[in-house]
Amino acid sequence: MSEQNPMMQMRDISKSFGGVHALNHVQMEVYAGEVHALLGENGAGKSTLIKTMTGVYQPDSGEIYLHGELIRFAGPRDAQQHGIGAIYQEPSLFPDLDIAENIMAGRQPMRNGRIDWRSMHREARNVLQQLGVGLDPRIKARNLSVAQQQTVEIARALSLNAKLLIMDEPTSSLTLTEVEELFRIIRQLRDTGTAIIFISHRLEELFAVADRVTILRDGQYVGTREMSGVQTEDLIQMMVGRQIDELFPKQEAAIGETLLEVADLTVSGKFENVTFSLRAGEILGLAGLIGAGRTDVARSLFGIQPAQSGTIKVNGHAVTIRSPQQAMELGLGFVPEDRQHHGLVLPMSIADNITLPILPRYATAGWVREQETKRVAAAAAKKLEVKSAGITQKAKELSGGNQQKVVLAKWLETGPRILILDEPTRGIDVGTKAAVHQLMSDLASQGVAILMISSELPEILGMSDRILVMREGHITGEFMRAEATQEKLMAAATASATAVATAQGEEN
Amino acid sequence: MRTMINNGDGETAVSAKRFSLNFFLRWEWLLVALIIVVVIVNSQLSPYFLNTRNMMRATSDFMEMGLMMLPMAYIIITGNIDLSVASIMAMCASLLGYLHIQGVNIWVAAIAAILLGVLGGTLNGFLIARVKLPALVVTLGTYAFFRGIAYGLLGDQAATGYPSSFTFLGQGTLGAIRFPFSAVLFIFFAIIFGLVLHKTIFGRYLYAIGNSEEAARYAGVAVGRTKMSIFMLSGFMSALAGIVIAARFGSTRPDVGTGLELSVITATVLGGINILGGSGTMIGAILALILIGLMRFGMGLVNVQGQVQSIAIGLLLIFSILLPNLAQQLSRRSIQIRRSTVLSTATMLVLLGFFIWFFFWSRAAILSQ
Repeated sequence: MSEQNPMMQMRDISKSFGGVHALNHVQMEVYAGEVHALLGENGAGKSTLIKTMTGVYQPDSGEIYLHGELIRFAGPRDAQQHGIGAIYQEPSLFPDLDIAENIMAGRQPMRNGRIDWRSMHREARNVLQQLGVGLDPRIKARNLSVAQQQTVEIARALSLNAKLLIMDEPTSSLTLTEVEELFRIIRQLRDTGTAIIFISHRLEELFAVADRVTILRDGQYVGTREMSGVQTEDLIQMMVGRQIDELFPKQEAAIGETLLEVADLTVSGKFENVTFSLRAGEILGLAGLIGAGRTDVARSLFGIQPAQSGTIKVNGHAVTIRSPQQAMELGLGFVPEDRQHHGLVLPMSIADNITLPILPRYATAGWVREQETKRVAAAAAKKLEVKSAGITQKAKELSGGNQQKVVLAKWLETGPRILILDEPTRGIDVGTKAAVHQLMSDLASQGVAILMISSELPEILGMSDRILVMREGHITGEFMRAEATQEKLMAAATASATAVATAQGEEN
Repeated sequence: MRTMINNGDGETAVSAKRFSLNFFLRWEWLLVALIIVVVIVNSQLSPYFLNTRNMMRATSDFMEMGLMMLPMAYIIITGNIDLSVASIMAMCASLLGYLHIQGVNIWVAAIAAILLGVLGGTLNGFLIARVKLPALVVTLGTYAFFRGIAYGLLGDQAATGYPSSFTFLGQGTLGAIRFPFSAVLFIFFAIIFGLVLHKTIFGRYLYAIGNSEEAARYAGVAVGRTKMSIFMLSGFMSALAGIVIAARFGSTRPDVGTGLELSVITATVLGGINILGGSGTMIGAILALILIGLMRFGMGLVNVQGQVQSIAIGLLLIFSILLPNLAQQLSRRSIQIRRSTVLSTATMLVLLGFFIWFFFWSRAAILSQ
């Protein structure tokens, strides 16, 4: 395949969003008749690269060559007309239209000004047969499984003459047999000369189906390898191989008694049999990929999405937490991942946001003691150095970092003994980030138990006393601070249980 | 603005200036201005307008609406709506009439009516807060359901013959100026509802829910319980309105107050309470009620037909949605005025023209007589 010219070539692609480099001089070459995997951590730039290929984004600089010709896509439609198709994690069919209509949507065969149903169904059946799938094109999309819907999307892309098919985590919601079937289709397409870009976090799948792999890290191109010439460890090394160069002011805190014990916690479809404990003064990192169920565990502990089974013990007493109010009474605090929708009431003032959870404390028979709440809010905002025009300024007018400080101030005022932080430093500037890390350290020294969810491995490694890794709703690894490495965490977050065992075994 | 953190970059002065500007751009002042205009115009057009006794009598016509508007303000602030208020009112008034016909003591009947109202509100609240159905659909359903029960109770007949001790609730007056008793009732509840909204935890929760239900939930606000209670409150106040309207008319028909829920919602929205939830004041809603009352009273005095009155109030409502947008953009003091601003201003001017034209056109027939 290397003797031909590449079907698609991306050279020196850069794209930034508001000063952040999502892609920094990235390159990729895809040949006809190959399955090319694209690999990287969350935020490595995979999605941005794909959106550049499909015409959703225009690169700031760099060139895309298609069949050797320089090309610039005006938009997704333009890319589609050039033979580039994309299948995403969640199929997007019209649920109430049948398979044939979905495949032919927008270009139904017409006769005498009316839809020619007969030839439409014939064409749909032909495409499905090409894929070796025996689906009746008259079935409504609503009645198909996710795997079948994906097949229909693939058929749709093929009937649009797609020469390059991009599949973004197509296997994430499929069963093992369905994955096998998908691989069969992928191989068949490859053998007939289609180029396929395949994204998956499951490394074993890449070994099963991909011919080559391109690895991205922090928006930079790391390298391209033949799958036959690499091992799991090599891939993980390439994905995470950066230096921990940020400063994490983790101070040693005295670790006290166990405050939180969770056993066999389950919310079906989200996570299963999650068991761990958390002690006073401890920072417990919870690592894993997006969608691994970490946020769901936090939401469940805080009573937003109560657990269906399992036990929670706070201070040694078994409790049931069915609402955030109950969680707060038990001394829990929760800084959610999405501060815009969950962390803050954006149109309300800084003061109103900070005092919202603790209003009952500053009220006599329901009557708010306004001067007192203002004083408390002002002091809390000052302590965390929230930069604002005053505590009556609306939360929506603040920068991301300052908003996060307001959320933190709000939860600190509740005086939590157990604090859950979900991506506490996502999308905030370096200075604020350091301040948040310092604050976490201080809280731990004061005996607060902290559960920190983070998708940033350096943050997890730098701040945590102990680290749990989740993958697809299960805890797949537990590491003490001293033994944890990016490679081990990545292995536990991506690879199958055996790969984790191997990676752990090598250490011993 | 008193407890201000000065971060030393001069933002303090700017925000203080913006504050005072915002204070005078408040919606409530506009309502006050409109009320003054309406009073001046009407007193020019009719010598009977500024007659205290006339005005007092007209006041009592709006008190049922007012009683239902108070909980409606809460409901709309949380981003919900209750279309069933007038139906609950009719259902409760009908139960009262039915029990009265059956020979039950009128006060016992009144208590039963109140309980039925609370029950109706609880049904709304349960479906909205617990089953989590959209308020618009739920109350559209119960709007028909409760009205149906009213017909079921009374059929086509009217219940009459209430004792005068009871009709005092709707017809009774106090003092030489004949201040209506129902207005006393309204003022009493208006003060309570206003204080609860602006001074208590409950009120803060209403605003928080209206601005972001999810963020409120994450902050430990009992969202479900709060929503439940405001719909129950709405049922209670609607029942009270039902009792007052039965007492005012001295009789009850099951079709009483048909369409009144729209007037209630109009007053609430005209009062500056954002239909999407999250903002508005009780004072604004009350001023809007007064404004609508004065407009209808004035137009009624010069024999403007009901439909034309509705056109005027409908235009005023559209007005009330357009104007805050403009005010907001002006208060930002942006040099570059957006095209939509120009468009909305033009639309407003056209509407204003229509409004004035209607106002005088509708009077022309009477003035030329």
